[in-house]
Amino acid sequence: MGNGTSIGRVRGLGSAHNGTHHWLVQRFTAIGNLVLVLWFAGSLLMLPNLHFATVAEWIARPVPATAMALLVISTFWHARLGMQVVVEDYVHEHANKFAAIAALNLIAFAGVAFGLFCVIRLALGGA
Amino acid sequence: MAQASHSAKNRPLSPHLQIWRWGPAMTVSILHRATGNGLAVAGLGVLLWWLGALAGGAESYAAFASHATSWYGMVVLVGISWAFFNHMASGIRHFVLDIGAGFELVSNARWSVLTPVIGLVLTAAFWAAMLLR
Repeated sequence: MGNGTSIGRVRGLGSAHNGTHHWLVQRFTAIGNLVLVLWFAGSLLMLPNLHFATVAEWIARPVPATAMALLVISTFWHARLGMQVVVEDYVHEHANKFAAIAALNLIAFAGVAFGLFCVIRLALGGA
Repeated sequence: MAQASHSAKNRPLSPHLQIWRWGPAMTVSILHRATGNGLAVAGLGVLLWWLGALAGGAESYAAFASHATSWYGMVVLVGISWAFFNHMASGIRHFVLDIGAGFELVSNARWSVLTPVIGLVLTAAFWAAMLLR
């Protein structure tokens, strides 16, 4: 298997004329997930208990609130990209594929919006 | 796409799962996809439920906690944590493969066998730390 032409490599374009960006963002968000989910798992272990008052006080602090907001964005973005590939692999009928990817995008954006709203509400003392 | 209407018939098919001899690299690849989709649906769903319950106040958090600490809640949470650690281990393997390393037959098979083991060990370690603190 060759590496394509030099100009093609520079532009990052294959025969599909896209995909490199998808591939790269899948990896950027994977690094984000690696850092942020390990931070989240470690934080759950470090908290003295998981009672409401403890967790709500913790997540309202600036650094945990920022990290949780980033975690929501990074994980949903990564999941959206990953599930898009699964749809493209297994849904062959064009209308169904379009509908599945449209639904996937809407659900991913809705999930991020809800997650961010919850974090902001917790951080700014609405709860 | 113009070819869509007659694409289903009489086109050559690439060999699929039942043609290849089963190997560890296939297993870890399928596990990566399965755990990734499990995390996307169940993991992110529970994350949003937890965040929503927390933002909703003490009552809704208590309702979440009563499910999360029940036997079926623990099954789901342990499953999500296993899916994460397994996906993390095979994802790090993908980073190594991305830089062009780890394709030799012996090392590829070795790491394909080791990644699910690492996922299980990290899951056990996480819950041991969680339950013993």
